[in-house]
Amino acid sequence: MAVYFKKREVVVPGELLAEGRYRSSMGTYDEDGKVYSALLGIAELRGNTVKVVPLEGVYIPSEGDLVIGTITRVAGNNWKVDITGPYGASLHANNALRRPYDDDISRYFDIGDVIAAEITAFDRNSGPFLTLKGRGLGLLSEGMLLDLSPAKIPRVIGRSGSMINMIKDKLRIEAVVAQNGRIWIRAPDTPTLNLAIKAFKMIEAQAHTSKLTERIGAMLDQEMADMKEKAPKTTEIESEEEARAPVKAEPPEEEPEPLVEEESAEDVITAPTEEPAEPKASDEELAPAEEAEVAKDNDNTTEEVTEE
Amino acid sequence: MSPETKPDFLINPEGLRIDGRRTDEMRPIELKVGALKQADGSASIRQGNTYILAAVYGPRELHPRHLTINDRAYLRCVYRMATFSVPDRKRPAPSRREREISMVIANALKPALFLEDYPRAVVDVFIQVIQADGGTRCAAINAASLALADAGIPMRTLVPAVAVGKAEGKLLVDLGDEEDKYGGGDVPMAMLGTTGEITLLQQDGSFAKEELVEAMGMGVTAMKYILELQKEALKRAYTKKGAIEGEDDEEYEDDMETDLGEAEIAGEEDE
Repeated sequence: MAVYFKKREVVVPGELLAEGRYRSSMGTYDEDGKVYSALLGIAELRGNTVKVVPLEGVYIPSEGDLVIGTITRVAGNNWKVDITGPYGASLHANNALRRPYDDDISRYFDIGDVIAAEITAFDRNSGPFLTLKGRGLGLLSEGMLLDLSPAKIPRVIGRSGSMINMIKDKLRIEAVVAQNGRIWIRAPDTPTLNLAIKAFKMIEAQAHTSKLTERIGAMLDQEMADMKEKAPKTTEIESEEEARAPVKAEPPEEEPEPLVEEESAEDVITAPTEEPAEPKASDEELAPAEEAEVAKDNDNTTEEVTEE
Repeated sequence: MSPETKPDFLINPEGLRIDGRRTDEMRPIELKVGALKQADGSASIRQGNTYILAAVYGPRELHPRHLTINDRAYLRCVYRMATFSVPDRKRPAPSRREREISMVIANALKPALFLEDYPRAVVDVFIQVIQADGGTRCAAINAASLALADAGIPMRTLVPAVAVGKAEGKLLVDLGDEEDKYGGGDVPMAMLGTTGEITLLQQDGSFAKEELVEAMGMGVTAMKYILELQKEALKRAYTKKGAIEGEDDEEYEDDMETDLGEAEIAGEEDE
C-alpha cells in the first residue's frame, strides 16, 4: 500500500504510481498489483483510483461525445465526416434528415460543410457513427473553426462550463466547444474574434497550470479595455494560422435552411463533461421567449429541411 | 571529419579510448523533447557526435489501406540517414541497411506500446540521422521512445538502448564510429524500462559466450542510466512549460484540480 507520486506530478510512461489496493484507470495499467503510468501526463488520485490525465493526444471517439466535423465525401445515403484523429466518421441521412428526402443528399450538406454532431456508436470494429438529432446539432454556418489539442478541451470548458461561459459572456460571442478539440466561434467583429482565439490558445498553452480561469478573465478584461481605446479602426482582418473559416458562408437561396439557428448553437457548448441530469448552464441565460423559440426551432429543424 | 585513417590503437596504454573515455564510460548524451513543432511528438538526441531527430505522427488513418491490422495499430518506422550524415556522401536512395534498421527499431519499440488501443490506425515514427558517429540505431531508439511519449501514445514504458562492443580484447560501452569500424565486434541492445526485457539484440563480430554475457551486463547498466536521462528529459520538457506561468503556485487549492475532476467524470462514463 503506497503511492509513489506527488499530487499533480508530471509522470512518464512506465513510472510506478502505486502499489497495493489501488485501482488503475484511464492512462494507467496494472501489472502484478502495481499501477504504472501508460502516458506522459499528470497523475491524480481519487479515492483509491489512480489515473493519468494526458498532456497530448489525438481524439479517440466515444459514444455521446459532441464533435465538430467537416464533410469530406458524399456516398449514397451517407456523409463521410472528418472529426480529426485516426477514425473517420459517417453520418447516415436517416440520422440527419426527416423522410422523405431527396436522393441527392448533397443538397443538404455538401463537401466542406461543417457540422456539429453527436457520436452514437463506436467500437473497435465499426464506426464511429454520427447523428444530428439533438439540441444544437447541425450545420455550423459562418463563424470560424479553431483546432486545439483534444486533451485540453476539459480545461477550455472548465468546471461545469465555467471557463467557456466566462469567455462567451465577456466577449459576447457564440461558441461551440466539441470533444474532438474543435471550437466553432462566431464573433460580431474581427478584433473580438482574434481575442477569442487568443484566449483559447492561451488555455491550450497553459492547460496544466493553476488559476487559469482567473488569468484568462484578467487578460480578456485588459485586452477589451485596450480595444475600446483604439476603437475607430476595427476593420483590419488578420487570419490566424490554425484557424479557418468554414468553406461555405451563406447557403444559396433554394438550399434548405441550416439546421442550427443562432440560439440553439449557443446551447451546445457545455454538454459532454457535465452530468447528464444537470441543466445546461447556458439555458438559464436565455430569456424565456428565446427559449421557446429554441425549442420550436429544434422541433422543426428536420421538417424545414425536407419542405424545401 | 577529415579523410579517415585507421587509428594506431583504439585503447591507449593508460587504458583509455580514442576520445579519452574509460571502457565503461558513455559519451555525453543530450536529449531534447519537443524538438519539432509540426510533429505530434518529437525528440532529438545528441550522443557524442551522433545527432538524430525523431518525429511521431498519429495515431492516424492508415494509407495504403491494405496494411491495416484489425485489432491494433500498425507501427511504421522509417529510419533514414541524411546524405551529409557520413564522411562520404550517402546516396539518397533508401538502402538495404536503412530498411533493416527501420524494422529492428519497430520491433524494439512495439512491445512497449499499447497498439491495441487504436485498431486500424497507424503510428508513424520518422527517424532522421543528421550526423552519424556510431551507435545510430540505439540512439534512434532512445529518441523515438521519447517522441512516442511526447505524442501521447500510451506505452508500458520507455525503451533505452545502447551498443556494447569489443576492441583489442576489451569490452567497450557505447561505441564510437571508429571503434565500430576497426574494433572486433558490436552488440546493440534495447530493453523495456520497467521489466528489463530485451527487445533488441544483434551482434557483429565474434564473442565468446562469457564475453557476450558480460557485454549484456554492461549494456543493462548503461541502459538503466539512459532510462533515467529519458525520464528526466520528458519531465523537464513539461515542467518547464508550466513554470513560465506557474509563479503563483504556492496556492494549490485552485480550479486546476476541480477541472481535472470534471474530466474524470467524462472518463469514467467512457468505461
